[in-house]
Amino acid sequence: MDLRDLYQDIILDHGRSPRNFRALAAPSHFAHGHNPLCGDKVTIFLRLEGDRIVEVSFEGKGCAISTASASLMTEVVLNKTLAEAEALFGHFHGTVTGGGGDLPDALAEEGERLQPLTGVKAYPTRVKCATLAWHTLEAAVKGGGLPVPVKTE
Amino acid sequence: MTLLLEDRAASRPDGAAFDPMAVRRQFPIFGRNPGLTFLDTAASAQKPRAVIDGMAEFYRTDYANVHRGVYGLSARSTARFEAARETVARFLNATDASEIVFVRGATEGINLVAQSWGPAFLRPGDQVVVSELEHHSNIVPWQMLRQRLGIELVVAPIGADGALDLVAFQGLLGPRTRLVAMTHLANVTGHVVAVEAVVRLAHAHGALVLLDGCQAVPRLPVDVRALDCDFYVFSGHKCYGPTGIGVLYAKRALLDAMPPWQGGGDMIRTVSFAETTYQDAPQRFEAGTPDIAGAIGLALALDFMDGLGRAAIRDHEAALTRYAEALLTEIPGVGLVAAGGSRLGALSFLVDGIHPHDLATIFDQHDVAVRAGHHCAQPLMDRLDLPATARASFGVYSTEADVERLAEAIRAAQKLFGVAAR
Repeated sequence: MDLRDLYQDIILDHGRSPRNFRALAAPSHFAHGHNPLCGDKVTIFLRLEGDRIVEVSFEGKGCAISTASASLMTEVVLNKTLAEAEALFGHFHGTVTGGGGDLPDALAEEGERLQPLTGVKAYPTRVKCATLAWHTLEAAVKGGGLPVPVKTE
Repeated sequence: MTLLLEDRAASRPDGAAFDPMAVRRQFPIFGRNPGLTFLDTAASAQKPRAVIDGMAEFYRTDYANVHRGVYGLSARSTARFEAARETVARFLNATDASEIVFVRGATEGINLVAQSWGPAFLRPGDQVVVSELEHHSNIVPWQMLRQRLGIELVVAPIGADGALDLVAFQGLLGPRTRLVAMTHLANVTGHVVAVEAVVRLAHAHGALVLLDGCQAVPRLPVDVRALDCDFYVFSGHKCYGPTGIGVLYAKRALLDAMPPWQGGGDMIRTVSFAETTYQDAPQRFEAGTPDIAGAIGLALALDFMDGLGRAAIRDHEAALTRYAEALLTEIPGVGLVAAGGSRLGALSFLVDGIHPHDLATIFDQHDVAVRAGHHCAQPLMDRLDLPATARASFGVYSTEADVERLAEAIRAAQKLFGVAAR
C-alpha cells in the first residue's frame, strides 16, 4: 500500500486549507462529533430550507483525513436534499467499510469527488477519521438542533 | 551522532558493557519481525525468551493449583508462586513478602486501595490529592470514591516546564489531606516526579502516599523502603512480564488494618453460613485462584531486569532519551512536550502541520510503532491544550538505530505533507 493512495494531493490540500471552515451565524441544525479514541472533534452546522441543505460549514480539530473528509463533505452536500445527502453517506460509508453501496446516477459526480478519501479503507484504524463528519452531519439532522451523541464505527 | 550514547555507555556493576543488540536477541519478537522499530514500550513491553519459555516450562513441569493440594505437585506450584512473591519483595526492597499483593495490574492495585482502604479510613470532606500528570487509572478510582463517600479530589498542577509544581503541591496539603496518589514517572511526557519530596511533604501533613510505578519500575531502581511510600503499584506487562499480573505493595501495618476487598476462596480461614473469618494479608486480598503462571512470569521478568542491572537499564534509557531529544529537536518543525528537565524513557512530540494520527499512520508504513492519541491522560491533554501527541518510548532492547529510524520517518512524513521542507 502506497501512502500516496491515502494522502492524495486533494486530501492534503483540504486537510491544510479546509473549505467552509467556519461557524454558521444562524444554523437550523448543528451537532458536535467527538472521537474520544483519538481526540478528533468536529462541529457541523447546517441551514435547511425545507429538506434542502442551503448552507453547511464545520469547525474542529483533527487529523488530515478527518479535516479533509469534513471539508469535502460540506462541498458535496451543499444544495442537496437530505435524501441525497443520506444516499451519499450510505455510498461513502459502504465504500470505506467494504460494503459497497450503490449511488443514483444523478449523484455520480459527487460520488466521484469523494473518491480520493476511499484510500482509507486499507487503513482500518483510520476509517473513523473519514466518517466522523458524516456521522455528525447525520446526528445534526436527526437531532433537529439538539445536542446528540455521535456514533462512529 | 553516536558519541552521545558512547559517552554515557551503560555498564553492569561487573564492568561488562550493556549491549542493547545482545539484549535484543533475547526477545523473539524482533526475530519474527525483522524490520520492526518498536517505540511503544510504555504501552506494553515485549517479552524476553526467559519469560515466554519459563512460563511454558512451568505449565509443563510444576503446574497445579496453589495453597490447596496435599500432593507434591501442588506443593511445588505453591512454592514457585510464593517464591515469586519473595522475588517481587526483594526487587522493591520491601520489608517482607507479606507486603506484596498480587493483582491483575496497577489499575487493579489502585482500585483495591480505593475500595478497601478508602471506605475504612476516609470520611466525607477528606481529601485525596492527585496530579495533572496522572493516567486515567489514577484518576477514575478516586472519582468513584468521591461519588461514594463524598471525599474531595484535589489536583496538584504542573508548571510551564512540565514538572510537578512542588510549591503549589505543598500549598494544597492540609489537615484534611489523607492520601496523595501520584505517578512516579509520567506516561505521556516521561517526566520523573520528585517523589522523595512528595512523600516527605505528604507525611509531614500526616497523609499517606500511593505511587503509580508503571513507567518507573521498568526504568529506575525502585526501593520502597528508601522512598518510604505507603503504597506502590505496578503492572507486570510493562516490565517485560506477562499481561494480567501486577503488584500492590503496601506497608504491612496498612494491609493488616484494611478490610478484605473481594470475597471468595483462598482469602478465608473458616467459612460457615453464620460467619467467615479471613486470612491475614496478603492472602486476604487474593480471592480466588490467582494468576499463578503470571506471578511466576513476572518473577522471571524481574530476574531478567536484575540480570541486566537496574542502574544499567536506567543509564541505557537515559542515554537513548538524550539521543532522541537531540535528534528530534534538530528537525525543523518538531517540538517536544515539556517534561520538567527530567525526561526518562518516553517522549511526546508534535510535528508542525501534521496531526499525530497522520504521523502514526505514516510511521507504520515505515514499520515504526509509536503511540498517538491522548495516552489515557485526557485531563493532562486538556491542561496542555493538545488534542493528541505522538509518543516514542524505549525499552532495554531499544537502540540508537531505532531513534534514527524514527527521525527518518518524521522527515518522510514532512516530505509527504509538504511541510518544513529542507
